[in-house]
Amino acid sequence: MWRDAVLVAGKDLRVELRSRVTTNQVAPYALIVLLLFGFAFDQDQYILTHAGPGLFWVAVLLCSLLAIQRSFGLEAADGARDGLRMSGLDAAGIFLGKALAVAAQLAVLEAVLTGGIVVLFGARLGDPLLLGATCVLATVGLAAAGTVYGAMAAGLRVRETLLPLLLLPVVAPVLLGATQAWLAAAGLSSGGGWRWLTLLAAFAAIYVALGVLGFGTLLEEA
Amino acid sequence: MNYKSLSARPTSNRATVVVGGLTLVGLGVLLVLGLVVSPPDTVQGETVRLIYIHPASATMAYAGFGLCALGSLAYLWPRTRSLRWDRFAGASAEVGVAFCVTCIVSGSIWGRYSWGVWWTWDARLTLTALLLAVFLGYLALRRTGGDPVGRAKRCAVAALCCFLVVPVDHEATNWWVTLHQKDTLFRIGKAPLIHGWQLTTMLLSFVVFGLLFTWMLLHRLGIEALEDRIEEEGYVWAIAERRAEGVAQVPTTGPRRPLPGSGLAGGPAAPTMRAAMPPGEGR
Repeated sequence: MWRDAVLVAGKDLRVELRSRVTTNQVAPYALIVLLLFGFAFDQDQYILTHAGPGLFWVAVLLCSLLAIQRSFGLEAADGARDGLRMSGLDAAGIFLGKALAVAAQLAVLEAVLTGGIVVLFGARLGDPLLLGATCVLATVGLAAAGTVYGAMAAGLRVRETLLPLLLLPVVAPVLLGATQAWLAAAGLSSGGGWRWLTLLAAFAAIYVALGVLGFGTLLEEA
Repeated sequence: MNYKSLSARPTSNRATVVVGGLTLVGLGVLLVLGLVVSPPDTVQGETVRLIYIHPASATMAYAGFGLCALGSLAYLWPRTRSLRWDRFAGASAEVGVAFCVTCIVSGSIWGRYSWGVWWTWDARLTLTALLLAVFLGYLALRRTGGDPVGRAKRCAVAALCCFLVVPVDHEATNWWVTLHQKDTLFRIGKAPLIHGWQLTTMLLSFVVFGLLFTWMLLHRLGIEALEDRIEEEGYVWAIAERRAEGVAQVPTTGPRRPLPGSGLAGGPAAPTMRAAMPPGEGR
């Protein structure tokens, strides 16, 4: 399973490295979203500083939609999805590989967005350990849930509009948990940040398990 | 059999008539008890009457989503795999969504008079809104058309993902500090918090809403079955109708000439692009 996962992740990441869609299109899009937040809040530094973690994770969610659509869009042409299905690779391995590739792209985007909120919003970051742990758990959860729902919507003609409707409500707990943990790390909230990691870890574990168990069924019909 | 005869076919049967009749009687009694017999509350006044709608709606919403998850599990289980379970899951989710909307609207009206706001970011309220959103997504996924078997598998996995929100929403008032009050009736080892006619009316509301839920579910199941039949057989009917039109256009006298696009001398016209498109593909 893990060997298959590494193969699929390597394939998706190689395609991304060659096409540079993440760096040339998604990352600039993420920065534009941050700029738009700045216009929307009329460059009010206090609001931007305090709402920075929430805006950061909203931007990550929007970018994750693009990354997931791209991940399944890669296999839409030339019967590539049929090729993947008939390759003999383990379905759980394909799920883990695709989720791993999406997680790697999200990690790059999160690094770009972190720089963005520090420069544009003047956000404070605080405890690096808490920030890093939050990013890892939230990214795994987003990538796992996104891969499950991406496979569900793949192959449908309305996938572009359907995926946000399916995915965004489901990943609301990630937005809540990650924002609260970042606020605590920056000293902007009185609550303990570490307890929010329990929510993020539970979310990630549930969706990784669901993906490993159910991806074969979804792939058959994708 | 064609589209017209199928769309005119009622979804009622003896079961829906009996359950529908009982529901009507029950709603009448509930209205009298809720609006006339049951007294206003000493603190909440007349707004307490919303308690005869709100908790029962929430329970029916949970029931709908729970049955949807059960139907989906039954579909995914190889021994019980049948499109009937898929239809059951879809119908349950639709009825559950209707009751979830009723629950949110009645709760919002109550909140306006009790808390002074239509909406507050309380854990129970937020999770119920989230629950509605994920099941709206599930219903959108069901409406994507295409092969019924493929749709059923996809939707069964989605339903199980969506159902994960239900226990969290139900336990929200116990796990977090919320504005929403805790359980009024079913308290483990403790007596209910309301008494007399208020308790009687509230208990009756669960029975009546349960009947209403069953009546709606039975009708929705019938509609789902008819929709699936159109998906399966509509293509054949559409071609038969176009052929019948082609035959009707053939001149009865004189030499028979080929009809445009038919490829057959005097034969029926080829189906149009619209008729040739499998049902559901145009969605």
